[in-house]
Amino acid sequence: MREPLSFKVFRVVVITVLSVFVLVPMWVLITSSVKPLGDVQGKFEWWPSHMTLQPFKDIWSTVPLAKYFLNSLIVCSISMVLSVIVAVFAGYAVSRWTFRGRQVFTTTILSTQMFPGILFLLPLFLIFVNIDKALGFTLLYQTRFGLVITYLTFSLPFAIWMLAGYFDGIPRELDEAARVDGASTIGTLLRVVLPAARPGVIAVAVYSFMTSWGEILFASQMTGPNTQTLSIGLQSYSTQINVYWNQVMAASLVVSLPIVLVFLLLQRFLVAGLTAGAVK
Amino acid sequence: MSSGPHVKRAGGRSTRRLTPYLLIAPAIVLELLIHIVPMLVGVWMSFVGLTQSYIANWSTAPWEGLSSYRLALDFSSPIGNSFLHSFEVTCLYTVLVVGISWTFGMSAALVLHRNFTGRGFFRTLFLVPYAMPIYAGIMTWSFMLQRDNGLVNHVLKSLGVTNGESFWLIGSNAFWSMVVVAIWRSWPFAFLMLLAGLQNIPDDVYDAAAVDGAGVWKQIRYITLPALRPVNLVMILMLFLWTFNDFNTPFVLFGAQPPKSADIISVHIYGASFVNWDFGFGSAMSVILLVFLLVVTGLYLLIFNRRSTRA
Repeated sequence: MREPLSFKVFRVVVITVLSVFVLVPMWVLITSSVKPLGDVQGKFEWWPSHMTLQPFKDIWSTVPLAKYFLNSLIVCSISMVLSVIVAVFAGYAVSRWTFRGRQVFTTTILSTQMFPGILFLLPLFLIFVNIDKALGFTLLYQTRFGLVITYLTFSLPFAIWMLAGYFDGIPRELDEAARVDGASTIGTLLRVVLPAARPGVIAVAVYSFMTSWGEILFASQMTGPNTQTLSIGLQSYSTQINVYWNQVMAASLVVSLPIVLVFLLLQRFLVAGLTAGAVK
Repeated sequence: MSSGPHVKRAGGRSTRRLTPYLLIAPAIVLELLIHIVPMLVGVWMSFVGLTQSYIANWSTAPWEGLSSYRLALDFSSPIGNSFLHSFEVTCLYTVLVVGISWTFGMSAALVLHRNFTGRGFFRTLFLVPYAMPIYAGIMTWSFMLQRDNGLVNHVLKSLGVTNGESFWLIGSNAFWSMVVVAIWRSWPFAFLMLLAGLQNIPDDVYDAAAVDGAGVWKQIRYITLPALRPVNLVMILMLFLWTFNDFNTPFVLFGAQPPKSADIISVHIYGASFVNWDFGFGSAMSVILLVFLLVVTGLYLLIFNRRSTRA
């Protein structure tokens, strides 16, 4: 198809403007992470005049970064696995059956996704503190277990909604064939439907992990010195006296890289999975 | 939606009727624990005087009825007034961020939907801000917006726009900093959704239009935009809710107490609750926020989406 000049100009302008917008912070992030502290505290430089990999070494000792990493990894993995497992069954039920209460259930799932996190943070905080007090030991407040529960508030409804959407796209004939062969409901789901929905399940798992990895609101109140996750821990590179900007950038890079790579590698799945759930 | 697998088998009718309930049972239990109970507790909290000394002793907290609501909605008092101000700032913030994110996302999707060299590269590049952990992106911006060693002042000074000594993270500039950072983060989501939407439009529709002599712009105007309506409907609603409830951008840029110009609602409630330790008042404001969001979302769906497929 022929393109008029105006469209070509439009393309160049859009791509240039947006590339600059996206790339400049990424450039700053990368170049500042290899500058010595003195250089990031002085006047900004586009190109580092002294390059050093020291910040990548220092980030692990200035703050207990490895501990934050581990905490994030544990909390995000557990909440991901839990929400995917629960959501597979719930999503299948919603997709394949009409039952009394289904409407109420789906409406709840959909609407809790739009509720502000702060609405759940306040009561959960209060409930956690008071349960712990009644128990006489710390089970929920500022523990990894407690944080996992708060993370389910956003990852579970999202996972159910997305997977229900994904299951809708899988032909029912598949279920029926399995049933004719004598498979039970669970057998049909686990051996026939789930394998067919694998891209959707992967997408949901990755999204759930990503969202938890970047979560700040709950982590800011529901973690303590020993349970702090990356999202909060990274802020401790700024002390009263100094902000270690080069280390902040190096640490940001280190915690972003795995997530960004996974996302970009699975791009195709993720885009398909997201839109299967949302555009319905 | 039709009913379950249509395989008829003798017997087991009642077990089959139970099947969906068994499947959603774990989800229902969790939903009760993480959403329903906390919400009911949250509503109860808004009627109770839950100040610092009562937080660990909730059973002794005094019942205060509607007084927190009165406090929040009395716009002539300083407290009510700052709540109203926070609401106004949030509305302006949301309109700007959603509007510009949509424009960016739409333009990029239109351009990158058509084949040209380097298309795959740009498509991947544009997704990076969305793929990054939220705080990593915002912290980078926070560094760029520093007064003495940041990129923004450096660029503005070398272009001769300002003397390079502006404060971007305090005062009224803080609002605009927050808007730019939020757009940087959100527009790739709009782009991603719209690009996927474009791929669902069959090619022969365009071919037919091209035979009829419609140019690229006409095709965009009369085919692409109307076809994207369902995607836009969902995507704009999601962006609206995320932006209106946004806590991350102001919190990472400014901490728990942002400058007044950037005091958007989530962080405002957070401050009342965790800086001033008044959970009762914080809950009352959360409930008001929720009611507002429900009304806006309800109206939005009523106006734009008469026929929804699910729920």
